[in-house]
Amino acid sequence: MRTLQGVRNLDKLLEFAPLLGRGVLVTVGVAVLALVLATALGALGAAAKLSRNLIFNWVAQVYTTIVRGVPDLVLILLIYFGGQRLLNTVVQSFDGGYVEISKFWAGVISIGFIYGAYLTETFRGAYMTVPKGQAEAAKSMGMRPLPVLWTVLLPQIMRFALPGYGNVWMVLVKSTAVVSVIGLEDLVGLADKAGKATRAPFLFFVAVILVYLAITWVSQLALKYADERANRGQTA
Amino acid sequence: MNFDLVFKHWDLFLGGVWVTLHLTVIALALGMLIALPASLSMARNTRFSPLARGYVYVFRGTPLLVQTYLIYYGLGQFELVRDSFAWPLLREAWWCAVIAFSLNSGAYTAEILRGAIKTTPKGEIEGAMALGLSGRQVTWLVLMPSAMRRALPQYGNEVVFMLHGTVVASVITIQDILGVGRTVNAKYYIAYEGFLSAAALYMIITFVVVRLFRLVEQRYLKHLNLENVSARKSDSETGEVPVAVPAMR
Amino acid sequence: MKRPEFKKFALAAAFAAFATSAAADELNICVEGAYPPFSEINASGDVVGFDIDITNALCAEMGNSCKLVQSEWDGIIPALLEGKCDAIIASMSITEERKQRIDFSGKYYNSPGRFVAKQGHGLTDSPEGLAGKVIGLQRGTIFQDYMDGEMADVELKLYGTQDEVYLDLVAGRIDAAFADSIAISDGFLKTDQGKDFEFFGRDYSEEKYFGVGAGIGVRKGEEDLRDAFTAAIKTIRENGTYKSINDKYFEVDIYGG
Repeated sequence: MRTLQGVRNLDKLLEFAPLLGRGVLVTVGVAVLALVLATALGALGAAAKLSRNLIFNWVAQVYTTIVRGVPDLVLILLIYFGGQRLLNTVVQSFDGGYVEISKFWAGVISIGFIYGAYLTETFRGAYMTVPKGQAEAAKSMGMRPLPVLWTVLLPQIMRFALPGYGNVWMVLVKSTAVVSVIGLEDLVGLADKAGKATRAPFLFFVAVILVYLAITWVSQLALKYADERANRGQTA
Repeated sequence: MNFDLVFKHWDLFLGGVWVTLHLTVIALALGMLIALPASLSMARNTRFSPLARGYVYVFRGTPLLVQTYLIYYGLGQFELVRDSFAWPLLREAWWCAVIAFSLNSGAYTAEILRGAIKTTPKGEIEGAMALGLSGRQVTWLVLMPSAMRRALPQYGNEVVFMLHGTVVASVITIQDILGVGRTVNAKYYIAYEGFLSAAALYMIITFVVVRLFRLVEQRYLKHLNLENVSARKSDSETGEVPVAVPAMR
Repeated sequence: MKRPEFKKFALAAAFAAFATSAAADELNICVEGAYPPFSEINASGDVVGFDIDITNALCAEMGNSCKLVQSEWDGIIPALLEGKCDAIIASMSITEERKQRIDFSGKYYNSPGRFVAKQGHGLTDSPEGLAGKVIGLQRGTIFQDYMDGEMADVELKLYGTQDEVYLDLVAGRIDAAFADSIAISDGFLKTDQGKDFEFFGRDYSEEKYFGVGAGIGVRKGEEDLRDAFTAAIKTIRENGTYKSINDKYFEVDIYGG
């Protein structure tokens, strides 16, 4: 009797498999776009923290402090519901129409916002690891500031930031799971709904766990490869 | 804005703070109990180390939300589980959250401790052995206290992540800070006032925790006189909360 | 180009990357998705059920094209207020408390609330009969309002969806559930999992808590839309569309007296 129930549940999982596949795409989509946003915010944040402008310092500080203080799920709920109110107020004051923050973009913005703060620290740390003499030497050879940054510093910052960057990606992917709480139909959201609707949540959640483990595993392989490539020619 | 509704239910929020703190402390304590043997066995490649590694890999490699769902809704589905001795515990949302959070925190803590054990200076162990301490004494009186000290800054991060991780409890009916925020929102059909209040509470608690760790670090890491310890000191003077890269959550 | 228009254009362009803008002539309808048989998701991820069929019939009647917006029950009224949708069709009861925030069309069905528990429970539906027991219900519903108002001492467990209430009722984490009687009988008792469970106690329909049936929620000040829905409900009641939808799901007419 029990095995029979197990087999029936497997049927349900197979029935929903194409839908869950779509959910995986949404999960990866949110994660990748959030990483892009986080990278941009991280670069801006690091630049602001390293700059001599006190206002920039302060803004970056407030940013990283808020992220450090508030749980991801709370921030997502705030951005999805409160952010819409804010946006409506702003748009209406411009006599505009209506612009919606969809669940997908609420997820991307929230997660990108959160991990941008972590990348701020990663990038700042990587910048400070590059020996000062290198920039000075490049300048003394008559290079202008932008080429110094672009051709001398950036390649090294990227190399030093790579382990931290990879780490943030791994955390970020798992963080996308909480976007399901605002009803996004990512892998977790769909598995949750389907599992509860079919009254067979166990198998659906086990499937989700396996997919995340696969994502983690592939990411680790890719990072290892990238790390080896970035450090080729370096003595250990 | 309807913050009068939030203030009207301040007692609910106070209860939520208690639930959140209670859950965090229990999960961290049980997590530490799991992490001690797991980290030792990983660092020393004992017979159990594949098991420990597998456990750490699975719990660090998947979202806490899904782990909690699986334990709460997933296990409750089976009659086998419902008839078992574990059901009185698994029946309660509270214990499901405690189990999920402890296992999760245990995995992260084990990884932090493993790293700290690995970086123990050889001389410390050799010195202890030269004094004639037994293997067990070396482990528990020298190696682990020393590793745990060095793990303090990272463990501070883990404490904050666990505190923030407990918001997951609100999806399995527990009235933690976020749970209360959601209930108040739902009761009055308001959009975000409950969330904003919850965010403020989490922020205050985080600040207190970070400050406490700063004090503890200053006490126990003083002898190391590390550059980053003094850097941290100046951070605390400016009231700055540094953001650490999270340990794979 | 006049200035306000330019601003509007610039803003739209600025947000275009982050948002999707709703088309003007299309109605967005907030539905739920975990409340069988009124709304649930199927294997292709679509929401189906009585509420959805009613939505489609009303939209066809009104000559609007409608887009379904799946929303969590918790956030469904904020979603309407913030403009994520133009109407809620999600078995939402018309109550005085909700009317302070939104407006409603006439009802499209009405059924009483009831308690449900495992056979042989020995419970009665009074504060004394439920003392020391745990009652599960969906957060932010009329059933929560009733319990908060009339049985404040009975312990409640609040869930995000009705499906979760059933899961925990079967698992034995709650002693009883309190919900809409049709939702319970068709969404739970008639399913495999619900076969050992039964209703107990009386029908609950006091207007103070339970309102006057389920209506279609619209933002305040949108009387035209509200009246259009009310008229469309009347039409499908008269032309038999309602009956054919009703009979697809239920053995009795759930419109109520």
